Amino acid sequence: MTTQGVWRPDFFSEAREIDQAITTADQPSYKGLASPAAIRRMSRGMKMGMYAAQQALGETAVTVPDAIITGTGLGCSEDSDKFLRSMWENDEQFLTPTSFIQSTHNTVAAQIALQLSCKGYNVTHVNGASSFESALLDTLLLLTSGEHKNVLLGGIDEIAEQTYAFLQAAGYIKASGLRETVKNSLSPGVNYAEGAQFFSMGVDQTETSYGEVVDVALQNELDIPEAGSFLQDFLTTNDIQPTAIDAVILGYNGDENDDLFYNALQQELPLTTPLYYKHLSGQFDSCSAFGLAAAAFILKYQTIPPVLYWNEKNPAKTTWKNILIYNHYRGKDHTLVLVRTC
Amino acid sequence: MTALNEELKRKIIDVLNLEDITPTDIKDDEALFDEGLGLDSIDALELIVLMDKDYGIKLTDPKLGKSIFQSIETMVAYISENRTK
Amino acid sequence: MSSGSIAVTGIGLISSIGSTVEENLQAIVAGKHGLSRVVNFPTRLREHIWVGEIKRSNDQLSDNLDLLRPHAFTRTGLLGAFAARQALKSANINDVNQLRTGFISSTSVGGMDYTERYGSTYLTSSEWHRYIPSHPAGDSSHKIAKYLGIKGFVTTVSTACSSAANAIMMGARLIHAGRLDRVIVGGADALSKFTINGFHSLLILSDEPCQPFDKQRKGLNLGEGAAYLVLESQKSVKQGSKNVLAYLTGYGNANDAFHQTASSDDGEGAFLAMKKALAVAQLRPQEIDYVNVHGTATPNNDLSEGRAMQRIFKNEIPSFSSTKPFTGHTLAAAGAIEAVYSILALQQNLVFPNLHFNTPMEEFDMIPQTTIQYRSASHVLSNSFGFGGNCSSLIFSKA
Repeated sequence: MTTQGVWRPDFFSEAREIDQAITTADQPSYKGLASPAAIRRMSRGMKMGMYAAQQALGETAVTVPDAIITGTGLGCSEDSDKFLRSMWENDEQFLTPTSFIQSTHNTVAAQIALQLSCKGYNVTHVNGASSFESALLDTLLLLTSGEHKNVLLGGIDEIAEQTYAFLQAAGYIKASGLRETVKNSLSPGVNYAEGAQFFSMGVDQTETSYGEVVDVALQNELDIPEAGSFLQDFLTTNDIQPTAIDAVILGYNGDENDDLFYNALQQELPLTTPLYYKHLSGQFDSCSAFGLAAAAFILKYQTIPPVLYWNEKNPAKTTWKNILIYNHYRGKDHTLVLVRTC
Repeated sequence: MTALNEELKRKIIDVLNLEDITPTDIKDDEALFDEGLGLDSIDALELIVLMDKDYGIKLTDPKLGKSIFQSIETMVAYISENRTK
Repeated sequence: MSSGSIAVTGIGLISSIGSTVEENLQAIVAGKHGLSRVVNFPTRLREHIWVGEIKRSNDQLSDNLDLLRPHAFTRTGLLGAFAARQALKSANINDVNQLRTGFISSTSVGGMDYTERYGSTYLTSSEWHRYIPSHPAGDSSHKIAKYLGIKGFVTTVSTACSSAANAIMMGARLIHAGRLDRVIVGGADALSKFTINGFHSLLILSDEPCQPFDKQRKGLNLGEGAAYLVLESQKSVKQGSKNVLAYLTGYGNANDAFHQTASSDDGEGAFLAMKKALAVAQLRPQEIDYVNVHGTATPNNDLSEGRAMQRIFKNEIPSFSSTKPFTGHTLAAAGAIEAVYSILALQQNLVFPNLHFNTPMEEFDMIPQTTIQYRSASHVLSNSFGFGGNCSSLIFSKA
């Protein structure tokens, strides 16, 4: 569930570049997603999450996963905003509980568990730009330790009017009315959006597998010169040479300072094809899950959608085996994810 | 249908976000919870606030709500008798 | 202890009954609770509820931490830094980056206390804009990590009232997987208008001091606080000749998958969480000496948790008590505060009293420990449950 609509085979060929400050995700019909009684209370984030979760499970033979793990930076902001405004407007009177209940960060994971009657491990990670990778790491721990066979993994963040207005006031989001893209961005701030990306993760390779997540690393802070050693350490741990990385998916978002980190990392991988995706997904805390979806697409179809190329450095490769994803936001929450064909 | 019945149904549809339901779909003696309209315990808390905000009736005990919120009829009867605004 | 056990080498804690672990222990032994009316901020609910509020202002906390003002620490971050600093000291850690050290915090409130205070000015004045980025849950973790000087693995868990237990669990699993040598885990939550009004709207706040597992229980009291544990691998303990306070031997999380807020009648999620924790610890239920129950004193929680305990322990229910009458329910921090209390129970050989208990519940004959009990304890189980059916159990064992 993204600004580019729902996941589908021609997802990237039909993609449009984002050029405004705030872009909402295309909402499909949610009829039949859950009982009408349940659905009437749900925020966009809950609906998007449930929809994407259902879609991810729909591609596999898994009906009830062993665990549900999600990542979200801002959680259920819409309900949180609603309760807060109501508290301000009515001076702490006449408050109703629905938006309070649903303001809890683990609402989406809990709602999916309720819908699927999934009684397994259910945890939500909330750590800014590395929220999704924290959930991914948690997933890897569960699967590699043999505790679980399959995990439903997701990243969700929703646009909430007030929260986004505050982020805009603080300069995080570009001013409304500007028409800038990631590449021709001149003004401060970033184009924001929303989305829900879910993945069915399992220990066994199946006919529908896209690829394999090898490893993930998180780092709270880095200076630009340290980006190289962060990468080197990760590659060494995973016993892989920089030259073996076929493509690197970078989190370029049009913010001058943020993009310096991506330039620095790119320089460490001179033979690797650089790709980007935030011109399609927009920025939000769990948007790097979109990057993982792009990697999965490339591994499965063994082709790179032209819209993802960062520059002209796109050698005519025929196979794409190892892909690296690098993300951070405002110099914090740096993550590396290594995926490969399986 | 009295004006209060109609007004109450509209309010319930509004606060509980009952999409695709119109006041005529709710019968006066139909159960609001469970097998009737299908409301649940969270809705009951919303109705308690509605009673307070719109009719000045304070219900602090959720158990008391159960008998009052049986149907539109029982709610209207209780509101008519106890409303302070 | 088996080589797989995770050692606890440091603990730190601040709650309404004390600003140190020692103060908390003394208050509990003296039977002195920390409940009062809300005084730190104005609220309409002031005379209607009791809270476990820490009587230190944000400025006092900030000064105590030697933070240069102006900064953008919210109360959650201040309380967290206060407790985490103690945990590091308690573990005798001077150079926090000497080993692969991580930090996993948890919170439910995050920076809501400042958003609710200044948010209505954000669009018209830039005076308080520095608090805008302090709103998200992950922000306090970053500030605390920076305060402690941790550069490396930092993340945050948020699963409502079981958050800290899940942060502790995540830390243990990272050590098990060999990804970290040690990790500081726990949680922090400040009282806010948002949460007290939220729980009030659910009609589950008591207007009296809470009475867990009592027939007359009327609901919970909220509280605030923070607690952190330092977890270390066996290797790290050996290399540093560390003093081990206790071992984290078991943990489990399960989902009740029953209702958005209410727990199921048979306590399925709680039952599964305890069962998993016992399996990880390789312990039989009878080997548990004390259960620090979630025990919020809502009619629903205590019934559901009690039923789950009956299913686990059958006719041999160990000594149990809820410490929430002392501290109030500290939400995301509760799992960490009660983990520290569980460790104290092992160290001090005592079972904490469950205050304000008078009348047994009708549904079963489970009676909590009402007075302080001195007895040897080898294994303590601690429960934490949250909205969204999130149920977690931790088991600590004597060092």
